[in-house]
Amino acid sequence: MFRETSPNVWELPKTRRMRVRGLLYASRGLVEGLDEKVAQQLAGVASLPGIVGAAYAMPDAHWGYGFPIGGVAAFDPDEGGVVSAGGVGFDISCGVRTYRTGVQESDLGDRLEPLIQDLYLSVPAGVGSEGALRLSKKELDQVLVHGAQWAVREGFGESEELAFVEEHGRVRGADPTKVSDRARERQLGQVGTLGSGNHYLELQVVDRIFEAATAEAFGLAEGDLLVSIHCGSRGLGHQIGTDYLKVLGEAAPRHGLVFPDRELAAAPLRSVEGQDYLGAMRAAINCALANRQVVGHLVREAFGRRLPEARLSLIYDVSHNTCKEETHLVEGRPRRLFVHRKGATRAFGPGHPELPERYREAGQPVLVGGTMGTCSFVLAGTAEGEARAFASSCHGAGRQMSRMQAKRRWRGGALIEELASRGILIRAHSASGAAEEAPGAYKDVEEVARVAEEAGLSARVARLRPIACVKG
Amino acid sequence: MVHAYYAPVVERGGRRPVAEHFEHGADVGVRGRGATAEEAFAGAAAALTSLWASDPSSVRPGVEAEVACAAADLESLLVAFLDELIYLFATRRLLFASLDVRIETPPGAPLGLTARGAGEQFDACRHESTVEPKGATLTALRVAREDGGWVAQCVVDV
Repeated sequence: MFRETSPNVWELPKTRRMRVRGLLYASRGLVEGLDEKVAQQLAGVASLPGIVGAAYAMPDAHWGYGFPIGGVAAFDPDEGGVVSAGGVGFDISCGVRTYRTGVQESDLGDRLEPLIQDLYLSVPAGVGSEGALRLSKKELDQVLVHGAQWAVREGFGESEELAFVEEHGRVRGADPTKVSDRARERQLGQVGTLGSGNHYLELQVVDRIFEAATAEAFGLAEGDLLVSIHCGSRGLGHQIGTDYLKVLGEAAPRHGLVFPDRELAAAPLRSVEGQDYLGAMRAAINCALANRQVVGHLVREAFGRRLPEARLSLIYDVSHNTCKEETHLVEGRPRRLFVHRKGATRAFGPGHPELPERYREAGQPVLVGGTMGTCSFVLAGTAEGEARAFASSCHGAGRQMSRMQAKRRWRGGALIEELASRGILIRAHSASGAAEEAPGAYKDVEEVARVAEEAGLSARVARLRPIACVKG
Repeated sequence: MVHAYYAPVVERGGRRPVAEHFEHGADVGVRGRGATAEEAFAGAAAALTSLWASDPSSVRPGVEAEVACAAADLESLLVAFLDELIYLFATRRLLFASLDVRIETPPGAPLGLTARGAGEQFDACRHESTVEPKGATLTALRVAREDGGWVAQCVVDV
């Protein structure tokens, strides 16, 4: 089990099976509430070939598939390193984008309700929903190769926004030929949809600034109205996860790989299966980036109808479930590594060449989603974060209660009324879905953000209070 | 911990196959029990279907459809079967009111599954859904004899 080596740093000592140790960044309180499966899964990750440094878990870690959610691990192809479908998960490149609106909460007057109602009706969401776009397979392939850049070219948003999306809105190396027809079929009507479950669209107000200079660089001031979108790669990403869990699992014996947990399903980076998965997974990342770009456009149109003075400008767009090729300093030496972040956010520190000019000194915005009843946070990547966990941070509050437990404890309707009495308007596509997403089912996001800062993963910049939320 | 969400959905041979959900940290487990592996598979499918339509009686048996898949072992077959149902929902919005599952075990070849059933297209006005299943996982995956019958289960990512 974990033992505390310094404040907020917990070590999972290396056993015979593990190639590296596990490291969990968490407070004592968070460790006490931790599912025991997290340690087990982190040990499994640490046993994979070519892993560099340690197997890391973020403060919001919880039980996932193969990897814990909130798990980070980097692999070196020169040392037999692997890519793991379980290390990315089903909802490939699920992530958050947040816009400034140029409007203050105090300017809203009685327009909040019409605005959230418009967003509820105009952004397709919920189980079985389809978007207004019906793409041909050929068009979809453009999405898979060009990501958010495709969306901007098609008129969804502004080209200046792309500087504030990871990889400029398009990850290189996507290979649509490695994406199955089934995955495409599942996506044809789904570009520009929010999805369901924990996906949401939320209006938020900056209610506390932690670090004035960085907040200024991010264009955030107290009282500002922001809008955040949380969604992913939809059916395409889910099917790629399904397809390659099987492909990589079946190929494992040929590569001499034995996994403590079948869900770790991995292949050497330098193998046909590993390269195929990377090509397909990157196509799914582009799909998610395009999806959030289109949803962002729909949000901007709704603002145009209900709050015409608003000017939406993108703060940043982060992806949570990815494997990315990045250069990191390991014992003073730069190395090309494949960093898996499963329910974790990339958090590049100040000066990183990947960052847009505007944030070069401040570090990368890290957008941490709360729940519909609790705050969200904007943090910034730090210089020390590079050494902590390959420039990674937490991604959300992290569940502490199962969906079934939550549904037994809360009723959707009553929960929505209670939140309304606290000044938070909820528009939910499913009442029981809302109950499963009850704020009390999640860890304390304030604690998660504080620990992320104290552990040096990223620094708190601003706290965002929800005032209205569309749940998928 | 086990909690049945709703009454048994299939009855055959005097036994009462059961469809139920079980706990997972972030997602949800689906489990079927029955006298045979086939019945247990049908139960797991019903548990999956109830994520799209929480009241199984709300699904009308209007259209007939068939599902077929193959895998090397029973557990992989369960995952393949549930993934087929997820694919059918994603592409045709198809929900099954009932499914009759047949598993073939041809010597020297993979196991084959054929399921025939009747159902209808998802209708957000009549079918109360909570979450959208993304894929069947290998977590808590088990197909085995238990208590004189069969159990078939896994966690579904939602």
